[in-house]
Amino acid sequence: MATLELDLPEEAASAPVRKGRRLGMLFWAAIGWMVFVFALAIFASVLPIADPTAMDMLERRAPFSAAHWLGTDGLGRDELSRLIYGARISLLVGLCAPMIGLTVGGALGMLSGYFGGRFGSIVSGGMDVLLAFPPLILVLAVIAYVGQSILNLTLILGVLGIPAFMRVARAATLTLSRREFVIAAQALGASHTRILLRELLPNVILPLFAFFLLGVAVIIVVEGSLSFLGLGVPPPISSWGSMIGEGRESLDVAPRLAFMPAIAMFLTVLSFNLVGDTLRALTDPRQGAL
Amino acid sequence: MAFFVARRLLYLVPVLLAVSLLTFSIASLLPGDLAMTILADQATPENLAALRHDMGLDQPIWQRYFTWLGHVLQGDFGRSFRTGQTVLQAVAERLPVSIELMLLAQLGALAIGVPLAIVCAARSGGPFDRFMTGTAFGMLSVPTFLSAILLIYLFAVELQWLPATGYIPFAEDPLANLRFMVLPSLTLALAEWPGIMRILRSDMIATLQEDYISLAKAKGLKPARILFVHALKPSSLTLVTITGINIGRLIGGALIVETIFALPGIGRLLVGAILTRDLVILQGVVLLVAAGFVIMNFIVDLLYAVLDPRIRHGHA
Amino acid sequence: MTGNVLLSVEDVVVDLPTPRGNLRAVDRVNLEVQAGQTLGVVGESGCGKTMLSRAILQLLPKKAKLGGRVMFDGQDLVSLDRESLRKLRGRSLAVVFQDPMTSLNPVLTIGTQLIETLQEHLELDLAAARKRSVELLAAVGIPAPEQRLTQYPHQLSGGMRQRVAIAIALSCEPKLLIADEPTTALDVTIQAQILDLLAREQQRRHMAMILITHDLGVVAGRTDEVAVMYAGRVVERAPTPALFKKMRMPYTEALLAAIPKLDTAPHTVLPAISGRPPDPTRPIKGCSFSPRCRYAVARCHGEKPELTEAETPAHQYACFHPIETPAAVPA
Repeated sequence: MATLELDLPEEAASAPVRKGRRLGMLFWAAIGWMVFVFALAIFASVLPIADPTAMDMLERRAPFSAAHWLGTDGLGRDELSRLIYGARISLLVGLCAPMIGLTVGGALGMLSGYFGGRFGSIVSGGMDVLLAFPPLILVLAVIAYVGQSILNLTLILGVLGIPAFMRVARAATLTLSRREFVIAAQALGASHTRILLRELLPNVILPLFAFFLLGVAVIIVVEGSLSFLGLGVPPPISSWGSMIGEGRESLDVAPRLAFMPAIAMFLTVLSFNLVGDTLRALTDPRQGAL
Repeated sequence: MAFFVARRLLYLVPVLLAVSLLTFSIASLLPGDLAMTILADQATPENLAALRHDMGLDQPIWQRYFTWLGHVLQGDFGRSFRTGQTVLQAVAERLPVSIELMLLAQLGALAIGVPLAIVCAARSGGPFDRFMTGTAFGMLSVPTFLSAILLIYLFAVELQWLPATGYIPFAEDPLANLRFMVLPSLTLALAEWPGIMRILRSDMIATLQEDYISLAKAKGLKPARILFVHALKPSSLTLVTITGINIGRLIGGALIVETIFALPGIGRLLVGAILTRDLVILQGVVLLVAAGFVIMNFIVDLLYAVLDPRIRHGHA
Repeated sequence: MTGNVLLSVEDVVVDLPTPRGNLRAVDRVNLEVQAGQTLGVVGESGCGKTMLSRAILQLLPKKAKLGGRVMFDGQDLVSLDRESLRKLRGRSLAVVFQDPMTSLNPVLTIGTQLIETLQEHLELDLAAARKRSVELLAAVGIPAPEQRLTQYPHQLSGGMRQRVAIAIALSCEPKLLIADEPTTALDVTIQAQILDLLAREQQRRHMAMILITHDLGVVAGRTDEVAVMYAGRVVERAPTPALFKKMRMPYTEALLAAIPKLDTAPHTVLPAISGRPPDPTRPIKGCSFSPRCRYAVARCHGEKPELTEAETPAHQYACFHPIETPAAVPA
């Protein structure tokens, strides 16, 4: 059968397709909100706001006023400063826990993706066991034994994030290891360390970072859920989750006490999701990936 | 097919063993002493040592593990030192509530997510599709306990249509039972539908570009048949996959929802055990829930094989 | 040519918007097919022949813009409402796609895919539809047809799947069958069998057929008329015997030369057509083939030749300098 040795014009395939570089208003609004919350959380102690734990029993559930911009909660504590200090906890746990997943999971994923073989199967077998538990149940079980503290919470949430990061890193490494530049480096006699750090890492780090942002959103939600149940950060530290939990008691008389931290949390989670998802779409080699 | 089931079953054994080992390690290796917890204020070095000896806590750890595992395999998960109930009794009493909640929630999430996904895929890129995709994305950022609070505020506090908390067993009064279950299952469904819709939508859009869809059109089939039989059936594999992935989230979500709405389910049992430091119940429930989770994933795997003829026949 | 015109494609234009601008996939194509006759459409990949078949079936991608008329059995398919079009497709107008691996639904049984077509268009109960499906599978040469009904596509070989696809296409006795490169995805040994099957069924059922291929050799003995397409346009059109006796367009000649011959010595380099088809998003001012044509002169680069009548009846070509001598393999 005669087939003509004629392929489609090459430029058609390799022409730089104009990707939606314009990231849109929403993306920048999300970045703006993130910067705003970050700034408040970092400078919380130098801001001219009330002590978040100082109670004023005469001013319980006070409405918005010049003294208390966002009113006070059921124990007469300043709502605004509790919100700002709550942001500290959410961001602290939310950023540190995925950092553990990012470093440990990322390293394990790259190593098992690059070396594969028995090492790879041992790593993924270990991950399977970790994944055999419903995540929230495992967190609760561990917290119940080791006790409620910010450090414990961060550690266990971080460890639970390892399998997901590992999968992302391994998938990215697997695809990249077969690419010409890696094969070329191997052919030139580069050491494994060099290839992993100089050739693979810069390419794996981008998808991992996008995944990191999505992980932050997940952790903020989980930390919020635990604190909401009273099983997260111990009182009297203010956390958005525990504020919502406390606000729930007065849903009939002062719903704002639950809704204000709820809105702050929703906007923050949404921002991380938005930025993370946009970056993921940009770093995803498959075109038009969702 | 039989071979497939056997192979998957064989894989279950090491996973379940590992789960039991990890559960045991959490309870035994982490700081926190059962004997200390039980005796609390009355702890003296003497009675502490005596209780430890009674409970076998002075034996080497691997020996304790095998003793414990032996009991577990005989169905003895231990007995609460607070209520005197065995773990199995406590779980059996509460399991129906959790299962009803998760089933209703999953059905609700499918009822919202699947039709939306189909409509969006059929009109992809259109205004409705863009609106729903945006809404689903936003909903993904709403934690379960947030939507619970919103629903309670709206339907229980403001409109007073539905009770905020409480439970009546289905056997006692089915209608009252469902009235109590509406808000909890809706809360969980709200957390689950965006994931279902997003994944099914993108899968359907890909399927609708397949050659066999063009051929179905060329055969002059009715649009509804093309959409529901030719496009949805291959995509239903995705649905099963999502359900599998979501089980873990669903269990966690159920725990939160049960606590908020005061439903006497497994989740509330677990949270209660943590708050009262009832470590025997805690350990037993964690093991049972994890084992149940592993087995549910196994069933999802089987379902996958039943649905996809290519896997059933050992291709792919 | 006289006779009963079943399908006439009139000035059909297909435009596809791409990120790099508009792509004219089909450019003012005119074709006719008489009832019971076979038309071969030949051209290399990307010449617009598949888009033309999709335009006839009204199965173009959503974004594509279609101009002109497609008259089928007295109706213009382009302006036909969706419901009437649906009743026509599968019933009087059927298609066999290129790749049987992807054109059958992987999760539905062969039986379902046959029976649904029969029940959609013919008033048959399930038993009658099943019986007819078995007959159809037997007719396209599938052994043990009854057992096949409960099988899934992946349980069949590529050739068998294409036979199933043909059985589906033939199921409602269509007046016109469009076979879009029906053998390209198959093993060489199977190709001739499938083509012969198509030719045999076309004769037996007196249906018209459009056979789309990139291989002039395929259309040689099996078609009544041939249209050669290049860069979205028909560049030569003639009754098959006339075309092979005396081809006028240099492109047709080049296509023929690219077919391997049994009598050429081993290790002879096949004469390929040098260069590439033009980028369809950047239309060329002159004849689209001129950059690759060995006969091209200045006029070919500056002016587009129209389809003109040759001295032999029903033979048309679009070339300023048609080949005068009978086709010969260039050295």
